[in-house]
Amino acid sequence: MSSELPESAVPPPTGASESTSGPSRRTFIATSTAVGGVVVAGGTFLAGSEEATAAGAAPSTRVSLTVNGTRRTVTVDNRTSLLDLLREHLDLTGSKKGCNAGACGACTVLVDGQRVNSCLTLAVRLEGAEVTTIEGLAKGDELHPLQQAFIDEDAFQCGYCTPGQIMSGVGCIQEGHTNSPEEIREYMSGNVCRCGCYVKIVRAVEQTAARK
Amino acid sequence: MYPFAYTRVNSVREALDAGRRGGRYIAGGTTLVDLMRETVETPETVVDISALPLRDITATAGGGIRIGALVPMSVATADPKLNSLYPVAAQALRGASAQLRNMATIGGNIMQRTRCTYFRDVTADCNKRDPGSGCAALHGYNRGHAILGGSDHCVAVHASDFAVALTALEATVHLQAPDGKERSLPFADFLLRPGSTPQREQNIRQGELITAVEIPALPRPLKSAYLKIRDRQSYSFGLASAAVALHVRGGVIREAKVAAGGVATVPWKLSAVERALIGERPSDRLWAEAASHAVDGARPLQHNRFKVELLKRTVERQLRTVGEME
Repeated sequence: MSSELPESAVPPPTGASESTSGPSRRTFIATSTAVGGVVVAGGTFLAGSEEATAAGAAPSTRVSLTVNGTRRTVTVDNRTSLLDLLREHLDLTGSKKGCNAGACGACTVLVDGQRVNSCLTLAVRLEGAEVTTIEGLAKGDELHPLQQAFIDEDAFQCGYCTPGQIMSGVGCIQEGHTNSPEEIREYMSGNVCRCGCYVKIVRAVEQTAARK
Repeated sequence: MYPFAYTRVNSVREALDAGRRGGRYIAGGTTLVDLMRETVETPETVVDISALPLRDITATAGGGIRIGALVPMSVATADPKLNSLYPVAAQALRGASAQLRNMATIGGNIMQRTRCTYFRDVTADCNKRDPGSGCAALHGYNRGHAILGGSDHCVAVHASDFAVALTALEATVHLQAPDGKERSLPFADFLLRPGSTPQREQNIRQGELITAVEIPALPRPLKSAYLKIRDRQSYSFGLASAAVALHVRGGVIREAKVAAGGVATVPWKLSAVERALIGERPSDRLWAEAASHAVDGARPLQHNRFKVELLKRTVERQLRTVGEME
């Protein structure tokens, strides 16, 4: 079922403390992906990080993982988080970077079926892992029941936390921590919503769990 | 984050070899990766130990329980044995978010570093991060800091809830050294008070690997529970917490195990509270009298005076809650 994409090398991670390569990288990667998914190191590598440039070539590692059913083999700078791998290199920008410190939950994805903070997960550790992001939840045009419930319940305003909320909700339902609104609140507490849509988020998770 | 070499090991032997050469073990990574990003931690080599066979939870011969260092918090907190023998320990593992609990391990939990904001801010003075630079918290914003166990060098609170339960229950930490030698030490001796060397937080040598923690058998029936007071209802570090276990027979408290968290530089064993309880008959008067000893020796700072009363009330409430359990 899983397809295989050509191997790629990815540049070092970006972050607040590091210089960014400007708007060109995502455009560059998006373009590269469109013509076959091959991203070559070279100039992109050097443009990636002040620290890496100062230290010479930063240690990197080849890793094969499955993302939303597609096998990916990439060579990553060891510092790359799963979140940055997804967003900056695989063009899967559904997972959001909120705090980048494990406190907000906007980056939540499933790794081997378990919800985790992708910002605190080093990509290099994911050899053989199966990753599911918000992009991998729907079956074709058919939304996952929890995605549909978020729409039906109007469980968001700005939407920034929503992919993380939904992925966390999927985990919460799988774990069976949905026996009461109180339990859902406790087990969804790792996902912060700035707009304060908690009542509706809890309702969406509760209803989806009840339909299972 | 600074560049680092990465290596994955498949056996304890390989791990210890990498540890002896100065490699830094990574398990769940929820503290380490966060602090590496803040450049508080700057390991040159990170050794991934997640494949090691340290994932068992086993009942010990005497009636205690042994939890492997790599058991995820989410697995330990749901474990039927732990929940039936030591509810206080299972409950103390429910502090973090569900995502973090899936990642974080028992060994990593007790190795986690303080949440002191000055420690995490590399532009601030911090003796723990940069020995000799001073302590910005002493005269800074210290609402969340310690009222017990601090020194002129550091007043950072130890952040683990689980460690509070381990302290109350007088657990043991099992370690293995690079030369293969195993040693065990009381949990109370594992975490170190800051004194004049706040950069030393654990009684652990280079390359030593935590293999398990063990909670000893205690007299049965044992009633126990954990209470954590925080600024919001869930997923927050504690302002004050209490781990309480009581063995009551013939209407008299025969054994009491009590510790506090959120208030001290290490999980704080409340020996004076325990002594005040043992041999007494449960009563509201007793809970209040015993709890008053929880703050013996407290030295509040400018912004955390409230913790003195909060700790006393937290302990009193939890003594009553556990004391009145069926």
